[in-house]
Amino acid sequence: MIKKLAITLACAWASLTFADSPSEVLRASMVDKNQATLDRIEQDDVQAFCSKPRAERGDLDTMNAVRERAMAGIEHPADGVYLGDWVSGGEIANNGRGLQYSDNPADPNGGNCYACHQLDPREMAYGTLGPSLTNYGARGQSDVVVQYTWTKLWNTHAYNTCSHMPRFGAQGILTEQQLKDVMAYLLDPNSPVNQPMDAAD
Amino acid sequence: MGMTIIKSFTFTMSVLTAMIVQAQEGIFDEYREMMGDDNPAVFVIDEGEEYWFAPAGPKQATLAECDLGLGPGVLEGAYAYLPRYFEDAGRVMDLEARLEFCMVELQGRSREDIHAKPYSLRGDQGTEMEALAAFIVDQSSAVAVSPSQDRPEERAMYALGEELFYYRAGPHDFSCATCHEQAGMRIRLQDLANLDSHEGAAGAYTSWPAYRISEGVVRTMGWRMRDCLRQQRLPELVMGSPASVALQTYLAVNAAGAELAAPGLKR
Ligand code: HEC
Ligand code: HEC
Repeated sequence: MIKKLAITLACAWASLTFADSPSEVLRASMVDKNQATLDRIEQDDVQAFCSKPRAERGDLDTMNAVRERAMAGIEHPADGVYLGDWVSGGEIANNGRGLQYSDNPADPNGGNCYACHQLDPREMAYGTLGPSLTNYGARGQSDVVVQYTWTKLWNTHAYNTCSHMPRFGAQGILTEQQLKDVMAYLLDPNSPVNQPMDAAD
Repeated sequence: MGMTIIKSFTFTMSVLTAMIVQAQEGIFDEYREMMGDDNPAVFVIDEGEEYWFAPAGPKQATLAECDLGLGPGVLEGAYAYLPRYFEDAGRVMDLEARLEFCMVELQGRSREDIHAKPYSLRGDQGTEMEALAAFIVDQSSAVAVSPSQDRPEERAMYALGEELFYYRAGPHDFSCATCHEQAGMRIRLQDLANLDSHEGAAGAYTSWPAYRISEGVVRTMGWRMRDCLRQQRLPELVMGSPASVALQTYLAVNAAGAELAAPGLKR
């Protein structure tokens, strides 16, 4: 089935013109595979605005509009409880799988936090695309900190438009419960994120 | 007072981490040193040569007359000038697109057959496409990357590749730039190439196709594009497709002037 599609595509390649947009070219160059289907190629307003090199973005009005829409779309826990279980939060932070065509859609998605952030200081396999979040809990659990962190996880563009960080809530990558668990992993004083190296060893 | 302790603690931590990370990378460097010139790709290169001269397809013809851009059968240096526009095909092609073209035209093979399994799965034997890529790139060793940008079609491919590099899409909003527009970054422990700079693109482009130790096979640059798009949560990239050619054109032009040293050796 998929192979047939590839063949049909191949015949259309020579007729693509310079005027074709990136999304048209991608549609003509890709095939559905498992959960990764062609509709993922279409961009929403955030993606379209953020698909330019930083220097060429410029337009402040659009940027503010994108940021305000992000902020207006934040959904809060219905029960008003923001912190879940840090043990499960740690598993989510460590799990880099989810939503790739090679992943089993029956498994829960990971948050992939360690791909970009240092968190538990004992975990050496962390990435550096984002800042270190080690000892994040030192910020305390005031309303401001809790709201900021929840918002950042739900839709990072509400604060930093065109951030490289995924929109875990807004894009449905993590469930509300998973977000609460990750919140606890960051903010609970007992979480390894907030334990100095020798204390827990 | 408390802050100072935290700060000096954090500092000690980052030094420690850097040491451990280096130690882990050291294992790979040691392996590379131990292997010296013995990149296991040499065996794959031989295998590719056999494929090149083996009659195949309904026409039972070889690929020996395949024109990779420098004339029928000319292999030396040919990879360095790719991707480029091919008059007979009417479009810009990367190595894999061109090999497919030759397989269809010279050997009479069907696209279906060629696309059935161009890349090996983990733990498999390598494929014909992978072996041919190793064989062909080896004959551009030490040649400067020189993709043609003379024709409007070729310049358009570069412009498209650049747009695709920054194109954010999918549930994670990733683009190539998310992972590859800054120098000195890592995901987990894997170093990320800074591909919009000449230096970064040169280091990456000149070392592919490459033998991947973790998979025990040679991987092509087209496979690299497909696998990064998988991590980007996008659908499967078709080998030799316009998006594949555009991204490789973008990388090749950014890398222009650097000398090829492929097949490389990767973790
Ligand atoms: C692809 C990279 C990437 C991933 C994955 C990622 N982040 Fe981030 N994150 C960033 C970047 C870059 C920043 C800094 C820029 C910004 O604030 O938007 C950041 C900022 C943050 C901040 C704000 C830091 C501060 O000092 O205020 C928090 C909190 C955060 N991330 C938490 C997380 C958590 C929790 C996860 C996983 C569920 C995660 N991030 C996954 C890239 C990422
Ligand atoms: C989510 C992260 C991510 C995204 C998005 C991504 N890559 Fe990568 N890329 C990686 C990682 C990690 C590696 C190193 C893999 C390894 O070491 O095996 C890599 C390796 C590469 C390499 C080889 C570098 C070398 O020196 O060997 C190239 C070329 C490349 N990527 C191009 C791209 C392009 C083009 C895109 C967009 C179509 C892209 N990547 C998107 C994470 C990513």
